Amino acid sequence: MTAIRHVGQVSGMTDRNMKESDFNTSYKSTWCPGCGNFGIAIALKNALVELGLKPENVMLVAGIGCSGNGVNFLKAYGWHSLHGRALPTAVGAKLANKDLTVIVMAGDGDGYGEGMAHFIHAVRGNADITYITHDNQLYSLTTGQSAPTTDKGTKTKSTPEGLIEFKANPISLALSSGGGFVSRGFSGNATHLTGLIKKAILHKGFSLVDVFQPCVTFNKINTFKYFFDRLYNLDEKADYNSNDILMAHREALVNGDKIAYGLFYQDKRPSYGQYLPQLAGKALTKRPIKVRNIDQLTKEFA
Amino acid sequence: MLKKKNKISNRASKNNLVWKIAGEAGFGIKSAGMMFGKIFMRAGYEIFDYTEYPSLIRGGHNTYQLVIDTKPVNSVFKHVDILVALNQNSVTQNFLEINKGGVLIYDSEKVKIAPAKLKDSHVQGIGIPLTSLAKEAGTELMRNVVALGASMALVGQNLSIANKIVRENFARKGQKIVDSNIQALKAGYDFVSQDVANQFMCQLPTLANKDNILITANESLALGAVAGGLGFYAAYPMTPSSSILHYLAKIAEKTGIVVKHAEDEISVANMALGASHVGVRAMVATSGGGFSLMTETLGLVGLTETPLVMVDVQRGGPATGLPTWTEQADLQFMLHAAQGDFLRIVMAPGDAGEAFEMGHLALNHADMYQLPVIILSDKLIGEGNTTVPRFNSKNVKINRGKILSQTQLSKIKEYNRYKVTADGISPRTLPGMPGGLFIANSDEHDPYGFSNEDSQNRIDQVDKRYRKLDQFAKVMPKPLIYGNPKAKKTVVFWGSNKGVILDSYVALPDKIKSKIRIMQYQYLWPFDGKFTEKILNSSKEILIVENNPNGQLANLIAQETGIKIKNKLLKYDGRPFFREDIISALKNF
Repeated sequence: MTAIRHVGQVSGMTDRNMKESDFNTSYKSTWCPGCGNFGIAIALKNALVELGLKPENVMLVAGIGCSGNGVNFLKAYGWHSLHGRALPTAVGAKLANKDLTVIVMAGDGDGYGEGMAHFIHAVRGNADITYITHDNQLYSLTTGQSAPTTDKGTKTKSTPEGLIEFKANPISLALSSGGGFVSRGFSGNATHLTGLIKKAILHKGFSLVDVFQPCVTFNKINTFKYFFDRLYNLDEKADYNSNDILMAHREALVNGDKIAYGLFYQDKRPSYGQYLPQLAGKALTKRPIKVRNIDQLTKEFA
Repeated sequence: MLKKKNKISNRASKNNLVWKIAGEAGFGIKSAGMMFGKIFMRAGYEIFDYTEYPSLIRGGHNTYQLVIDTKPVNSVFKHVDILVALNQNSVTQNFLEINKGGVLIYDSEKVKIAPAKLKDSHVQGIGIPLTSLAKEAGTELMRNVVALGASMALVGQNLSIANKIVRENFARKGQKIVDSNIQALKAGYDFVSQDVANQFMCQLPTLANKDNILITANESLALGAVAGGLGFYAAYPMTPSSSILHYLAKIAEKTGIVVKHAEDEISVANMALGASHVGVRAMVATSGGGFSLMTETLGLVGLTETPLVMVDVQRGGPATGLPTWTEQADLQFMLHAAQGDFLRIVMAPGDAGEAFEMGHLALNHADMYQLPVIILSDKLIGEGNTTVPRFNSKNVKINRGKILSQTQLSKIKEYNRYKVTADGISPRTLPGMPGGLFIANSDEHDPYGFSNEDSQNRIDQVDKRYRKLDQFAKVMPKPLIYGNPKAKKTVVFWGSNKGVILDSYVALPDKIKSKIRIMQYQYLWPFDGKFTEKILNSSKEILIVENNPNGQLANLIAQETGIKIKNKLLKYDGRPFFREDIISALKNF
């Protein structure tokens, strides 16, 4: 059981009368039938509804890939970034307007390939944003090449003789970079994922929700069945303490016949913005932008 | 004692002084130089300074040149009047730069110089036991301050202002440090003063104080942006742009600006873009290498039509290039950076004063036209201090362009962020506003922002974005003309060469001056082809002056007007044009 209770509030005005369809757009989904991404989209919408968030107070920053295309069909203020660059944009937006709920949606190729450095530094910085990765162990929009989370030895279009590199472990990386909220979801359990995303949004700091999300078109290994056979839920594991960093590290390394998901770790260190005295009070965007008197500032040059 | 041998020639007095101090990194070359500059600014003089230093922390050879003048100065000389040599290498490297009648001040305990060498060069040597005097005052580290005192004596400036500056400079280090520095200053002054009072060719007594400040173009640009309502600044350290980061980080809390040192320039540009997107004024700065990393974001700025000011303080490229030296070789890069065909505004300040103005004007341009605005500066002015009339915010205006208020937005039935409009500028909403939802999309998009690859939509959006630049081109300032506007000889330049060209020009005989006009481009893109044609087609001779090997502005002019300038004065050894270079070019032009 998790040691963390649901406490805290989301930023900005909330509305308890929101429903899931309020987050639909007129844009038709471009995901394949049966795609693991649908489970994430549903869980995210449910989480937003259950938290009473309104579309105008949510900024959804998407990467490039199938996951990123989702920005077209989730109603919010959307930002469709460049491949790998979603996190820095989200950090800048959150620091400038702390009243927004900033959610980043990226893929494993996107976020852990070109975006890997940003990922580590965003975890270190701990700005109050939520990072949901659509982790399908493959580059799928580009028709199935190996990704940073693909298992060693896997044959793909770009590695026909089998992948040589060892796979990256986002959970371990986040834990060792000082992550204050490190979790993994599974798109085959949208109810659990909804709860996880809610906790992540409520967490005051950087929250990682790495989501296993089978690609039904290109990934014939990491299928729904593959995950159903292996996953066990930490949130239901007796004696698991999600405030124990060593326990979290051990679970993060379990890999093979069994794989853990759920909340690995959470603590309460202050977010990046909380260290900045200039962010106390109103959000930067809510203060009038006017000409500054610089008479005091020029004194040091006189 | 060496000082007994000193006899300074009393030539016709010179109204400007070129002073240089040289030694290893870590000797306090820059800090001594800065103090010397500030002393003479307070004494009513105009100043420009220039440092040469390798990219290392200790050792190497550092020099600091200061030009002190009674009239405004923004350039440096190849030759100096006083050289302060803190080590033997400084004599080896810089002795030949000393003007006839000039003085070599050297540490007699560390530096040897043959009397014949001094005599042959008509240079007076003043050997001072800087090491012993500094140790007596406190520590050997203060050799620079002792030399400063000696220099003051030579030019007839008493220590009252200097003592004040020392107090201000070292106050935070405690009274003991202040006292020993004042003692060191006096030791150098006393060692020299009895022998040489009033004898040196350049005497700089205190004049009426002006309300000037001593500042670099980097700090000026930052101050301009601060005055103009900057809210978010991100950067990754890179010489010679880092002092913008240092200055803004220092005043961040006081001014309420968020300053973020991010993990790389890619992150820098995207963070600033995120901040700008939600509604604050944002800026980033770097040098060419960092800008290379920002290039993919530049395209994103263009496509999402998000305001962003991007500063490139140029150094010698390509690759790591000449990290601490000056160059103007990024112009064509700025015009073309990023894939695809989109628009940007490129502006280049000529000096600190222009940098201040561009700091706030660029934020307006970015907001009004919703595009990237690039400010192209360089190491010479970015790190060089100059005296300018103290800046104030009186003429600073903020124009945020078309951002809808909630009331305006509520009257719109179906809001479209990228609505196709006559002037190409589509009104913005900011995240948080009900009814103003949109997607800022790195894919080509429809008016709402949804990804859209249709033929007609693509054409409409490309054309819409292009119309914005046409709007700006109609109102942007024309190139500046100096000198005789009707002259048939035209000198063309952009950026920091302003200082050396105008300083050299005013020193020319009237007969030569009347035949020359000078054209400066503050705005490089969009390019004012019509005005350029008018000036160049009415010129008999044209000289273009650029710090790059290829004549990048000359190429731009040829591209836009078909006019090929053959007479190019180009310098690309990392050094700025010296006054001597330009005076000779203008005399022979």
